[in-house]
This record gives sequence, structure tokens and C-alpha cells, in this order.
Amino acid sequence: MSLSKIGLSEISGSLVALDDVEDVSNEEVVEIQLASGATRIGRVVQIEGKKAIIQVFEGTDGISLKNTKTKLLGHPMELALSKEILGRVFNGSGKPIDGMGEVYADKFEDINGKPLNPVMRQYPRNYISTGISAIDGLNTLIRGQKLPIFSGSGLPHDKLAVQIVRQAQIAADEGSQFGIVFGAMGVKNDVADYFKRSFEETGVMEKVCMFINLSNDPIIERTLTPRCALTAAEYLAYECNMHILVILTDMTSYCEALREFSSSKGEIPGRKGYPGYLYSDLASLYERAGIVEGKNGSVTQIPILTMPNDDITHPVPDLTGYITEGQIVLDRDLHMNGIYPPIGVLSSLSRLMKDGIGAGYTRDDHKDVNNQLFASYAKVSEAKSLASVIGEDELSPLDKKYLEFGRLFEQVFVGQGFNAKRSIEETLNLGWALLSTLPKEALDRLDNELIEKNYDPEHAARTIELAIRGE
Amino acid sequence: MTNRIYSINGPVVKVKDTKDFSMMEMVYVGEKRLLGEVIGINNYETTIQVYESTTGLKTNEEVIGSKDLLCATLGPGILKNIYDGIERPLKDIAANDGAFIGSGKIYPSLDETKLWDVTMKVKVDDYVTSGMIFATCKETELIEHRSMIPNGISGKVIKCKDNGEYTVNDTLIVVKDDMGVEHEIGLKQKWPIRNPRPISARKPLNTPLVTGQRVLDTLFPIAKGGAAAVPGGFGAGKTMLQHAVAKWCDADIIVYVGCGERGNEMTQVLEEFSELIDPKSNKPLLDRTVLIANTSNMPVAAREASIYTGITLAEYYRDMGYHVAIMADSTSRWAEALRELSGRLEEMPAEEGYPAYLPSRISQFYERAGYVENINGSEGSVSIIGAVSPQGGDFSEPVTQNTKRFVRGFWALDKSLAYARHYPAINWNQSYSEYIDDLSRWYDKNVAHDFNELRAKMVAILHEETQLMEIVKLIGADVLPDDQKLTLEVARVIRVGYLQQNAFHPDDMYVPFEKQYKMLKVISYLEDACKPLINKHIPVSLILKTGIFEDVIKMKYDVPNNNIALLDTYYEKIDHALASVD
Repeated sequence: MSLSKIGLSEISGSLVALDDVEDVSNEEVVEIQLASGATRIGRVVQIEGKKAIIQVFEGTDGISLKNTKTKLLGHPMELALSKEILGRVFNGSGKPIDGMGEVYADKFEDINGKPLNPVMRQYPRNYISTGISAIDGLNTLIRGQKLPIFSGSGLPHDKLAVQIVRQAQIAADEGSQFGIVFGAMGVKNDVADYFKRSFEETGVMEKVCMFINLSNDPIIERTLTPRCALTAAEYLAYECNMHILVILTDMTSYCEALREFSSSKGEIPGRKGYPGYLYSDLASLYERAGIVEGKNGSVTQIPILTMPNDDITHPVPDLTGYITEGQIVLDRDLHMNGIYPPIGVLSSLSRLMKDGIGAGYTRDDHKDVNNQLFASYAKVSEAKSLASVIGEDELSPLDKKYLEFGRLFEQVFVGQGFNAKRSIEETLNLGWALLSTLPKEALDRLDNELIEKNYDPEHAARTIELAIRGE
Repeated sequence: MTNRIYSINGPVVKVKDTKDFSMMEMVYVGEKRLLGEVIGINNYETTIQVYESTTGLKTNEEVIGSKDLLCATLGPGILKNIYDGIERPLKDIAANDGAFIGSGKIYPSLDETKLWDVTMKVKVDDYVTSGMIFATCKETELIEHRSMIPNGISGKVIKCKDNGEYTVNDTLIVVKDDMGVEHEIGLKQKWPIRNPRPISARKPLNTPLVTGQRVLDTLFPIAKGGAAAVPGGFGAGKTMLQHAVAKWCDADIIVYVGCGERGNEMTQVLEEFSELIDPKSNKPLLDRTVLIANTSNMPVAAREASIYTGITLAEYYRDMGYHVAIMADSTSRWAEALRELSGRLEEMPAEEGYPAYLPSRISQFYERAGYVENINGSEGSVSIIGAVSPQGGDFSEPVTQNTKRFVRGFWALDKSLAYARHYPAINWNQSYSEYIDDLSRWYDKNVAHDFNELRAKMVAILHEETQLMEIVKLIGADVLPDDQKLTLEVARVIRVGYLQQNAFHPDDMYVPFEKQYKMLKVISYLEDACKPLINKHIPVSLILKTGIFEDVIKMKYDVPNNNIALLDTYYEKIDHALASVD
């Protein structure tokens, strides 16, 4: 049912109130026509008796109490879906902006999605080879996982995301298709361009569906962008049987938009002014990653967020970390030292890797190597802090070895560069080579049999040499 | 008069001008019959929280009262099942709705068609009272379900079915009470989830809940009927620890509540528990487990209810005389649900936006733990292990602080230990257990008479290490005298060889008490044996070269659980190794 109302009763920020409406449903979409003929989309967020509070996505500029005609569309916010959305570019609320016309819809879906029943989930087990040692070897990305990149302003998170897209796409199974859904919330024009250009250069553009809300676009539209992107991703994954990688950037802008909207509604704020339901809201996005029993597709999410002031305890990274299955943290010190990708290995984590690596998935010794590399690298920071007090010369021989190990680990293992793509074999062999620079007794997480088989200091130097040269 | 929706704000719905509803009554909202609960009443309006998504709900739709409080359905068929926060079976929802959860469907919590092989325990003319067991059936391979007379009913049995196969809806006995009223009683009964089930008396807590996790059993034990909290930032291993305890602890029944956590985690529990075999009974662990999954993207009001649903199921099995352990992962998400709903009701917030009644709600929950004598005379216990997810890993936030006041076991997870992949990442300086004194007698009797002593010695070494590390951080370990270096080395053996436990190693994921004790003994022997050498001015570095410390560290892997006696050979090994440097 659709009926038009002339005029409004109240305007406050992005919210408008409409009086004397009947038969309005919660979360229903409305179309607001301005005197100029332009239309804006909004959504019912609260109903009280005959008064409906409407959130206008494109902002309330130029709206007065008399100059509007409001039409209730009778259904929640929906996205037009078909396989043709691949290769297209949309704005933050799902309208095409690439000049190629409307999508000929195969299906309309509510962008809020529905919660996936835990018993219908398939536990993610297949790893995605990204060709990046610090990820594949130490924080393996699993198909169906949500693994965010925690970054800071000025750090190369965009570059890393592009590298993952470029190198991971080839790893998809024979026969099953690979696609990318890209959601940009409040990013700068040139960042959006960078992604577009990179997708074109790597020749994946026809497999990418982009939803772009730039930093000067209305903030309310921003709260819809990830939902549109995920609805598209779910459609492609579960209806078209594709493996979809969703990149969402920047989640911090999204949360700020939510905060702005929440305070304009006069809600009681939680920590740092963010609404109390930020956790539930973020969860309703992140939990849309996964694999459904009986379907061939999957949705893998790599949300990118910038930590304000590099503070990992800020509500956005903090709540994200509680929902997602691990995190990849970029480290400013590494970046300053010219190491790319500057992945802070100790603070990064992939929760799903334990079941997706080892025999049958990657290589038998993966778990052990991973475990030992972590433990040994943790000792490096102890040695470093000691060295900063008493000086490097005064360290015990073992601590000196650790320092050298740490240097190689950061520069060779982590800092592989933008163009290097390492297979899992290469990554693990390099891991053994690095471990071989340490004395045998220091390898306390490995059993003797494995050490006997792989510990080889003589060969190690050559492997490391090759890795430095990028071969 | 039909009651109609007046306003809608997220999950909160209001009805105007009605006096038909009672507080906490369960109601059906709208044409889709969404499940809700009355949470506020005044002269003008009734406030209802809806447990499902309110998208598409309209004003003027009908609200129907159920005349009943929000109840859990209790009866055989609960075990092995997976429910959402308001006890709807997720498997049935999946069978009807497919992969995504729709709204407004009502499903019976228990399988109503399944026939249970019932053995009657009463006969006509018996006088029965509340809580008495009148019938039993085999619920799973592991657990006998004991059906009890519902609370508030007592009287004479006037009709009684024979042993045989019945569904949960069949009437098995009819009881005529003293007032002459007849009650039909079957396998199924209901209980309002927010009310604790009655007990006869509380008993002292003096038996530990044995978890097979060394750091817990030895350092920070929890008693059966006790409550412990596991706080930790993300990635510190809360869920892994909860899983480990749920898998290996010696409770009869496990209730695992996934409250506002990840969907994949629940899938993992479901998969793993059906595959893992309980070492004591050789049956799948799922046979003694019930899962409640209200993942973070499921409606927030049902998340608030999930904790109560879980504890009610736990109390029901306790009443049968079982020892139940309930894992709540995570109580912070539950507190956040409280905060979210409180915000929607425009209540005055206290700390960090949480409602002022947060502490009382937390205490009400934890106080439902206990080792009790049930009203039918049997003994049972409910132990609560609640995870807490403090924001920013900061333990001074309201949920952690308030939880600390109501639990006696505190297992603080430490991010820096987790970064170093020291799992379980329980920080031995911040954690505590107030149950140790209550349990020392049990240890004395059931483990070994010197266990408490060994434990104290180990704590002392760890404590000394912490102090020495302060110095080491400043000037390095090389300058310490040899006896202190020895302490550091022994502490390392304790940390790496004892406290660290590999949840994926077949012989290390679960460690029986006997092995724990013997390992402690070996470590203690190692220290005692090294001391005379130090007094003879033999440097620690020389002792380390023998590799005996590494051998002792690796004993947890090298000694299989089925051959614990092998640990006795370590004394000789130590003597032999040390003799070579003496």
C-alpha cells in the first residue's frame, strides 16, 4: 500500500516526524519528494500512535515543514539483486552511479538480512592462500571467516587489502567462482579511486561489486552501505554459489555515523558517546560472514578499521575484536622501519586457523612451526626491552641470538613486499630456516622428531638469502 | 477488548490504556505473534520487550496475553538439543525456515512425538509431594531422566499408568491433593525462568569440580556448586578455556550458554561435542550437554533471557540429583543487552550507561549456583563459570567489578600471556580462588596428603619469580646469584611445563589428578636435588646443559595418561643427570 502525505510536523538533524499516518510499519521505507522534484529515501525508525519518526538517508537539507510529499512504500529497505550486479558501482544506499542504468532485478531482499541459524552454519575449514607469509603462516585466513584489519591513519591498509584481493583470487577452487564485494563507508575520493584502479589493473573489475559512500556523502546513507554490500554478498554466495570476499572500509567511519545518528535521536550514550547497542549493531554486520550447510558459496569478510590514535582499546576496534574471528593488526613501528606489510604478529590472531591448517589443509608441521615462531618472537620483545636498558653488548649470547632472529623475522618473514607472493610451502620453509638460526634447546614448543627432521642451520642461510632477493 | 500496539521503538512496544496484563507476563505481539514479555506497567501504558525482530510490525496490531510468566519447558529431550535464548529448538527452526531464522514461529521446546521408555516409580495410593521422582526414562545413553512432581503439588496418586512408552504430552499419573483437586502430571512441566527453583537446604562447598586443567585444579580450583568468572580481553582465550572445562570437567550435565557470541563458535561446540568421547563413560560428550545459542546477531531481548533459560535448565537437572556445570559465554553481552533495553526504556543510567540494577541482576544470577539438598532429599549442585568480556581488557569496568563481588573464583586472562601463546592464559598473580581452604581437606583425602604443601611451594616459587623478574628487567639475569637463577629456572619449568597446557595434544588436553600430583612432585624433586649442587658452587648453566630441565618440561607430552607410573622414573633420571655434573 502506498499513500502520500503533504508536509511534515518536525525536523531535527536527519530525523523528520510525520503526523497522522496510519498503517505504517516499523522500518518501512519512505520516499520524500521535495518541491524541486528531487526524491530522497528514508526509513521509519520509531512509531508512536499516529506519529512516525523517519530517518532521511540523504540528509534533510532544503526540507521544510511544507514543501514535501512523503510516500510510504510499505516494505522495509530492499536491494535489487541479480547476477548482473558484478562489475557495477552503486552509491551507499544501493543506487547505481556508474551510468549504466537500474539493475534488472531477479530478486529483492531486505538489506537487514536475517540471523543465520547456528545449526545451519558449516564450520569454516578451508584456508585461503593470500601469498602473504605473516597471514598464511601465522594468522591464516579461512574461507567464511571474518578477519578485520586494525590499522591507523597513514598505515598501508588499503595496499594490503588490494594485495590480498590480487593474490587470493587465484586460490579459489576449480569450478567455483570467486567474487568481491567492496563496501566503502566515508572514504576519501582518491581512496575509492585507488581501489577501483587496482581492481581494474589486476583484471578483476568484472568480478567486483562496489558500494561507495564517500566522506562527503550523507552519514545516514553510510549506515546502510555495509548492509547493502552484505546483502549483495549473501545473494551471490548462497544463490549464485560464489565464494565472496567482502571488503568493508572504513568501519570507524561507519560507527561514527551511527553515533551521530544515535545522538540526534537523543539516545543514552555508552562508552565514548557511542550508542549502547554498538556491539549488537556491529554483530549484525560481522555475523553475516560464514558458510551455510548445503550451499557451495561462502562469505568471507575483511573489514578494515582505523584505530583512532592507534588505540586498540577504543570502542570500535575493541567491540570488533570481540565479534570477529581474530584480527590483523598493523604496527606503526614496523611501518616506520620500512617493513611492508607491517603486520604486528604478536597482537594479530586468527581464531579459526587451528582447524584449517595442518595435515590435509596446509602442511603437517604448520601448527608446530606457527606455535614455535610465535613463542620465539615473543621472546624477542623481552630481549629488546632488556637491551634498551643494559645495552645490546651486555646481553647473554642467547638473547643476542633472539635479537638477530627478531630482525630477520621482521625484515624477511613479515616484510616480504608488495609484489612477493609466497606459497604456503615457501612460507613454512622460511619459518624453519629462521628457527634454525636459534639454538636447538630454545625450540621448546616442538617435539624432538620434528626438530631432527627440519632443523638445518646450514641450509637456513641460503633459504633466507633467497627470500630476501624475493625468489 | 483487544489490546493494540500504540508505539514501537526497536524491540520495545507499548500498549495504551489497558489493565489486562501482569508484570513479566509472556505476550504475543502483532499478527506474526512475536514473543514478548511485559516489563513495565502504569496507568496509561504497558511496556513490552519483544524477543524477535520488530521489522514490519505495525501500530494497531493486536497484542495477546498468555496469562503466564516467561517459562522454560522441562522434560526429557532437553539434552543433546540446541536452543535459542527462549528455548526454541534451533534444529526445528532450521527444518522449517531454512538457513535463516524467521520470526513469529512457535515451536514446542521438546520433541512431542518421540516415545520415551518410562519406568514408573509410584503406584496408586502413594502419597507424593513436590519434587518427588515419579518416573524415570533413559534420556541419552549417559543420563537417566528423573521426572519429578511439579512444585506446589502434593497428594495421593489416584491414577497411574504402567511402565511403557509415552510422549511428553501423555498424562502418566493423576494426583488428588488435600483440597480434592485433581492434577494430571506427565513428563513435561514448566518453570518461570526468572525464579530460582526451590531447594531444601544449602550445603557447604567442599568437593572440587575437577576440570583436568592443571592451572585450575592445582592453583585456582572451583568447588562443585561454586561460581567463577573468567574475564579477559578479546583473543585472550576465554572461549577456549570455557570449551576445555565444558569438555573435561567431572559434572554430570553441562549447560553451555552462548550468549551474544559468534555463530561459528556454537557450530564448533556442536560439532566437537558430538565427536569427542568422554574419557570416563566412553560416550559422546554431547550426551550430557545442552546448548543455548543466542548469537550476537540474534534479537537482543532473547539474549537477556538466555542466561535465565540456561540456569533454569541447570537447576532442573540439579533437582534430579545431578551435578551440573553451566558455562555462560559471555555475561558481558548479557549485561549489554540489559543496558540496551534499559536505554530503550529511558531509564536513568548509572556507570557507563549500565542500569543501576546491574549489580543486583548479576548477584541474582550467580546466587543460583550452589551445592544443595533438593526438596526430594537428593543432593545436587549447579556450578557457574561465567566469561566476562571487559571493554578494552580493562578490569575496572562495571561488569567485571560487580561480577568480582559475587564470585569466589576469579580466573583473570592475560593478553600478554596469550600473545606469547601461553595457554590457558590465566595470570597467576591476578587470579584467585577462595575455595582453596574449603577444598584442602578433599585434596588431603583424595589426592595426596602432601598435595597442599606442594601447591603452596609452587605458589611461593612463582611469587618469588615475579619479584626477581623486576630485577631482571632492569639489569639482566646474568648478575643474579646462582640460587636465584635456579629459582627462575624452576619457575620456568612450572610455567612452561606445568601451567601451560596444550588443548590439542591428546595426552595434555585432560590431565587426571594423579598425574598432576606426580608432575608436581617431580618438579619439586628437581628443585630439591639441584639445591645441594648450587651450594657446592656448581653453576646453574652447567646443570642446564644436562638438558634435564627440558626433559622435565616435556614430561607432560612424554608421559601418556594411561601410563602415569612412568613419572616415577623421572626421579632416577634427575639423579642420573645431576650426578654427571656433580
